[in-house]
Amino acid sequence: MQRLIIALISGLIFGAGLVISEMVNPVKVQDFLDPFGNWDASLAFVMGGAVAVTLFTSRFIMKRKTPLFSDHFYMAVEISIDRRLILGASLFGIGWGLSGYCPGPGIINAMVNPSEAIVFLPALIIGGWIGQRYSA
Amino acid sequence: MLEAFPIQPLIGGILIGISAALLLAFNGRIAGISGILYNLLFNPLSNSESGWRIAFLLGLLGGGYLMMPTEFELRTGYSSILLVVSGLAVGIGTRIGKGCTSGHGVCGIGLMAGRSVAATVTFVATGIITVTVLRSFMP
Repeated sequence: MQRLIIALISGLIFGAGLVISEMVNPVKVQDFLDPFGNWDASLAFVMGGAVAVTLFTSRFIMKRKTPLFSDHFYMAVEISIDRRLILGASLFGIGWGLSGYCPGPGIINAMVNPSEAIVFLPALIIGGWIGQRYSA
Repeated sequence: MLEAFPIQPLIGGILIGISAALLLAFNGRIAGISGILYNLLFNPLSNSESGWRIAFLLGLLGGGYLMMPTEFELRTGYSSILLVVSGLAVGIGTRIGKGCTSGHGVCGIGLMAGRSVAATVTFVATGIITVTVLRSFMP
């Protein structure tokens, strides 16, 4: 139960952060990805602020043997930089640029801009299903 | 051009970082949205882990809802074909590459994972190329 509450709170803060930062505005995201044109660099502060916090806190968190409410840390198994990683990240970047949505803002757009979410979200889920089959 | 300091992006980013730190410190989990969504939907081995993933996604929607309405002008009339191709590419790519802006960009870099740094540099680069090409066709 305590883990569910943490997950809920974590999700709440994450969702609030995505809206406050305007990551949910796909035009602003595309402007951020347009340094040779109509560049809006302000979204660099989103990742900058987030990574500053995670870099700082991870050092203390990972000094512990276990998380506070769980018996181990669930870390990625893969460590190598392989072809699949680069292929996947490349495809993701292309998709991100085409609409301005990455998964989190895409999900929140079910509320912000439903007329786009109703097209984007099914494709996001079908794409994930295809990628899952290819990964299995 | 002189612009106002982007305080809202910074505050939002810090909140996202705090969210990821909380989930890692208490539950030992990575706050990667694509992983949370797709493991919930497609990974039958993780059925016992569905609860926290549902809680996180409900929180995500709730947190977004609390901060609405948004101040920006909603985009209208955007190409449905682009939205579909985008969704497919984001879905396939984040599954094959095992992460998105949150999992690799925020959590992975925070843990100083070389894989995540490589993924983030890659998706920002292909994102920039895509928008640059796209806008040269539809300004």
